[in-house]
Amino acid sequence: MRLTYPSSVKIVRVPCSGKVDVQHLLRAFEKGADGVYIVGCKEGECHYKYGNFRARKRVEQVQKILSDVGLEGERVQMYNLSSSDGPLFVKYAAEMDERIRKLGPNPIKARVKAKTRNQQAA
Amino acid sequence: MIVANKKPVGEIIEYVKDCNKILVLGCNECVTVCEAGGKKEVGVLASALRIYFANQGKDVAIAERTLERQCDHEYLEEIRDIADQYDAVVSLACGVGIQFTAEKYHSIPVYPGVNTCFMGATEQRGLWVERCQACGTCVLAYTGGICPISRCAKRILNGPCGGSSKGSCEINKEIPCAWQLIIDRLKALDRLDLYEKLFQIKDWSTDRAGGPRKVKREDVQI
Repeated sequence: MRLTYPSSVKIVRVPCSGKVDVQHLLRAFEKGADGVYIVGCKEGECHYKYGNFRARKRVEQVQKILSDVGLEGERVQMYNLSSSDGPLFVKYAAEMDERIRKLGPNPIKARVKAKTRNQQAA
Repeated sequence: MIVANKKPVGEIIEYVKDCNKILVLGCNECVTVCEAGGKKEVGVLASALRIYFANQGKDVAIAERTLERQCDHEYLEEIRDIADQYDAVVSLACGVGIQFTAEKYHSIPVYPGVNTCFMGATEQRGLWVERCQACGTCVLAYTGGICPISRCAKRILNGPCGGSSKGSCEINKEIPCAWQLIIDRLKALDRLDLYEKLFQIKDWSTDRAGGPRKVKREDVQI
């Protein structure tokens, strides 16, 4: 469709949003990600029936964990759309980019970068 | 199995906030089945703690390990050579495992990562219900497999009380009257004669009320 979406968004493809686990989401933040969002099929239209519902539950779990440890829960989100809906994908990408820019970078990113630099130097 | 529930992360952080090296220790048995303390939950807690400490600007090493059980000497020995490297162990096993670990490694503080709730079964994914209270003298043979000790609020033994109403217990409409269930089951099994028989006075000495209990099997001890 030749639509553009913010370059801050990196895509990781999975066969179903239900494949994404709580640990995947948390590990991303551990490694310094500013925000993570899952885009799944529209509710009721999951090819594997409940995968997108599982993904939503996991996103909610991670939102709670993040707010318990001092990060903002809004950094992780769940979106549902049809796989053919390009313009909506772009809209959600822009919305997430805007939200994360407002929240600011991941507070632990600087630490993570310093640690990686030290490990590489050693 | 023993059913437990995860402790809030904030509470666990309170226990370990001054530590520098933490071991999160899971258990592969009951707490794995009730999704409170298995390998996955160990990973999630460890990640959460890492994010917390990084956010505090502290360099804290969090290790993860899941043992087969924490209620047997042999399995706990598996961490003998690494245990003293840590300032604290957060054990996600049931109360038994946490205590056994603490007894075995008495120089390291062992903190609970779960609240141990009851002995129960998985009614459906995400719903665990109490079924047994370990009274020590099982009467299930006479009640069609339904326990009046754990499922009756009053633990009575000779039929429903006056509060049983439309099959529900008087303390909560959502709790079925155990004796109603027992009568229905015995009727289906065509054993209402068991209901007619009066229960012998129950031997409560095997219940918790007499203090901590033990089971000794001389036939298996050398």
